[in-house]
Amino acid sequence: MRFGIVVFPGSNCDHDCRYVTEGLLKEPTALIWHKETTLPDIDALIIPGGFSYGDYLRAGAIARFSPVMRAVVDFAAKGGFVLGICNGFQILVESGLLPGALRRNRSLKFICKSVFVRVENHRTPFTSLYQPGQVLSLPIAHAEGNYYIDESGLARLKERNQIVFRYVTKEGALSDDANPNGSIDHIAGLCNEAGNVLGMMPHPERVADPLLGGEDGMKLFESLRRRGTLAAKEQPAYSNPRV
Amino acid sequence: MADVKQLAQNQGRPPERPSSHPVTDEEYQKIIELMGREPNSTELAIFSAMWSEHCSYKSSKVHLKRFPTKGEHVVQGPGENAGVVDIGGGWVAVFKIESHNHPSFIEPFQGAATGVGGILRDIFTMGARPVALLNSLRFGPLDVPKNRYLMEQVIAGIAGYGNCMGVPTVGGEIYFNEIYSKNPLVNVFCLGIAKKEEIVTAAAGGVGNPVIYVGSKTGRDGIHGATMASAELGQSEEKRHTVQVGDPFTEKLLLEACLEVMRTGHVIGIQDMGAAGLTSSSSEMAHRGGTGIEIDVSKVPSREPGMTPEEFMISESQERMLLVAKKGKEAEVEAIFKKWDLDIAVIGKVTGDRLLTIKERDRIVAQIPVAALTSEAPVYERPIATPKFQELIQSLNIEAIQEPKSYSEALRTLLASPTIASKEWVYRQYDHMVQTNTVIGPGGDAAVVRIKGTDLALAITVDGNSTYCLLNPYYGGAIAIAEAARNLVCVGAKPIALSDCLNFGNPERPETMWSFALCVEGMSEACDQFKIPVVSGNVSLYNETRGLGIYPTPIVGVIGLIEGMKEPLTAGFKRTNETIVLIGDTLEELGGSEYLKLLHSQERGYPPMLHFEKEKGVQRAVLTAAREGILSSAHDCSEGGLAVALAESCILSPASVGAMIALDPGTIRADACLFGESQSRIVVSVPEKHLPRLKALIEEASVPYSVLGTTGGNSLDIRLEGREPSIHLSVSEMKEVYSKGLKKYFD
Repeated sequence: MRFGIVVFPGSNCDHDCRYVTEGLLKEPTALIWHKETTLPDIDALIIPGGFSYGDYLRAGAIARFSPVMRAVVDFAAKGGFVLGICNGFQILVESGLLPGALRRNRSLKFICKSVFVRVENHRTPFTSLYQPGQVLSLPIAHAEGNYYIDESGLARLKERNQIVFRYVTKEGALSDDANPNGSIDHIAGLCNEAGNVLGMMPHPERVADPLLGGEDGMKLFESLRRRGTLAAKEQPAYSNPRV
Repeated sequence: MADVKQLAQNQGRPPERPSSHPVTDEEYQKIIELMGREPNSTELAIFSAMWSEHCSYKSSKVHLKRFPTKGEHVVQGPGENAGVVDIGGGWVAVFKIESHNHPSFIEPFQGAATGVGGILRDIFTMGARPVALLNSLRFGPLDVPKNRYLMEQVIAGIAGYGNCMGVPTVGGEIYFNEIYSKNPLVNVFCLGIAKKEEIVTAAAGGVGNPVIYVGSKTGRDGIHGATMASAELGQSEEKRHTVQVGDPFTEKLLLEACLEVMRTGHVIGIQDMGAAGLTSSSSEMAHRGGTGIEIDVSKVPSREPGMTPEEFMISESQERMLLVAKKGKEAEVEAIFKKWDLDIAVIGKVTGDRLLTIKERDRIVAQIPVAALTSEAPVYERPIATPKFQELIQSLNIEAIQEPKSYSEALRTLLASPTIASKEWVYRQYDHMVQTNTVIGPGGDAAVVRIKGTDLALAITVDGNSTYCLLNPYYGGAIAIAEAARNLVCVGAKPIALSDCLNFGNPERPETMWSFALCVEGMSEACDQFKIPVVSGNVSLYNETRGLGIYPTPIVGVIGLIEGMKEPLTAGFKRTNETIVLIGDTLEELGGSEYLKLLHSQERGYPPMLHFEKEKGVQRAVLTAAREGILSSAHDCSEGGLAVALAESCILSPASVGAMIALDPGTIRADACLFGESQSRIVVSVPEKHLPRLKALIEEASVPYSVLGTTGGNSLDIRLEGREPSIHLSVSEMKEVYSKGLKKYFD
């Protein structure tokens, strides 16, 4: 399993992700500079959190025009696994790999804290090792994580089972208080129709090491590794999560 | 060589000494002496910036010498961009605390943001990667809208900069007092780590080596920032042009590019352009290298046309660095900065003449001996006088203080006061987890960050109680250090080194210098006693607006070392049926307490005493117990005393564990027993089986202790032997009060 991590000049979770894939999972990991136009030979690509190009405009709005993004779009189109975390999610949305938009948090403030999310779809390459409906404790750290999509778009997401994580209470219930940023339908993460591209606001890489107070994020990377290892042996490289 | 006559002719007539270039008449005479002629306007601007209080430390220098600066861990003491200490395993910790008070009052968002930017540059300019930020803030009461505005904007500025940089803000402290309404304080602390051999200093060595400018273009922002910060404030709006505008994205590029270029070995020295910009960075680097520097301002990347040499020299545009590279390596250095899309220009060279020479193309516009700007700068032994009110405010008729009707209500009031209440509303806005090293984040006694690939971790805390310093500057200063060290011990760390930020009023007032001198003396004594050397620091004077100065406010940032990082030790109770022990003892000390301030509207009396031997014993016992892993929780008693410490251990308990406490106040007043702020006290909880070992450690340290009770239940019950009434508050109610005390002002 070979991981790649895109490094924009303002990425700041790139090394945190690498610490998980290379340091904890012991899988080879390539850092890919944003000025590259091709990707090395990898099975999964992570677009990490941070402030890609400063994000003085809408978060991720500039990053979509960066040289590397054309290669990322191609990689996704061919079925490569793409995981966008926080700013990475914003970039995936801006570049059209995922539908909808991420607006400013309803508090209009940056929020950094642990939240609870429920696994809504455990059949994606990113969530296969979680139990259906499992409640995870994951941290968020963002100012623009308020997911929005229009009504028909939302219906489509539901119909195709693209909602992967929802903000919930500790007990796993949906509630407005448990929704930290005002996201529509409590959405914390979603995948594309094919299921090989996941965007999520919470940071699974921050809870992969027990010393830091939790391990709930580790299974996401392990799921990806399992699927990637399987995919390397079999064809096709991915399968529809609805199956 | 400059033609001195030509320089004098350039100016045509003696400069008018504009008010924007303040130097005193005596200082002006000294300039003429050092120069051998009258300075021209550009030279005067340079002198005025470098001889400003902010850059020269002219009022504080004689006192700062008292600080102990050496110790087993010290690699680099004061005098560089930041201090460096050896933490073992080939690693060093690089850290410093700095103020950005004046700019934050004038323009709170940018003032605070650029404060963070400046301290970050001080760290990575040493070759270290910043791994943690903390801050210490002082504001006026939050029922005043202006104070809420200042606080909200300062927090947003700190968050905006640190979050974008990807450096976690892991802790801090905030106090509220009327005295800071017109002079809020913003002190920021940064810790970086590096391998020992990676440390780079800020000396310009090697005659002929290129002097290189990197980072943002220079504009007209922040002109006269250093001189602004060295005077009392009048109308803050008038000074807004002196505040710089921050660009954390560029700083992030600068960070990565600088660390990359330093790893090449082509860098001789590097310094950030902070206060007094190009002027201070060039002259200080030349001073440290025993060299001169020649700069052509026409080569400096500029943001706008028509800037004068003087503006180039004293602009405080942010995100800029000056570096001296090895001759012949310019292209390699340039390639790295180009990769990060940063401006870079060779603007001059190192010379052997020990002069700072400023040219605009072929024309020399200023030429000053480096020593005149640095080692020869004025040093003042300012007059000292005890304030007239000192005796009055130290007196307290304790008989006239009524015991509260309800102790539960008194505790609620303390927990709800913004100074004591949870700062969650603040640190929610800081990314405190990025870099995935934060073992203990904000909200506890001290923050802890681990160092990946090792079993080392560093604990960090910032502290300072200005009411104590007002009432007794010596003990106030000493207690700042004792308490910070105690905080570190509570997370199992051994305090190893310190950085200080001394915030005071106008040094031209003898009363200010009295408290300054005593604070430094008390701090120094504490440093000696605890063997914590001072390795870096900053002085911020003239914190006065229209004649009203702040309380003496020394803030210390202390780091502690944890070897063999396993389970973090925190303040909250963990399990029921564990024994709660108070290490240390409670005296009848109410002077300077939050209780007295909040419930009796009095800021007076004698602050609590500090007995160094007792303090050392308490810390030794707790540190050993923490290292042996026998403690379940540890929490220092500070503002609000024992009752607040116990309440916080319940509130911070992950399982909301309560406590049943029986106190024997003996001959002490009940309110002093509950809310007095006697020093050298730590509340721990310990499983029954480890109690004998803990007692043995305490006895070995020859310090007093008492078993207070046990953990359990869902409330805090404190019974005072032979007295009524007692305290009974549910944990959920305390959590509610504590969590809303500060937040409610912003909802």
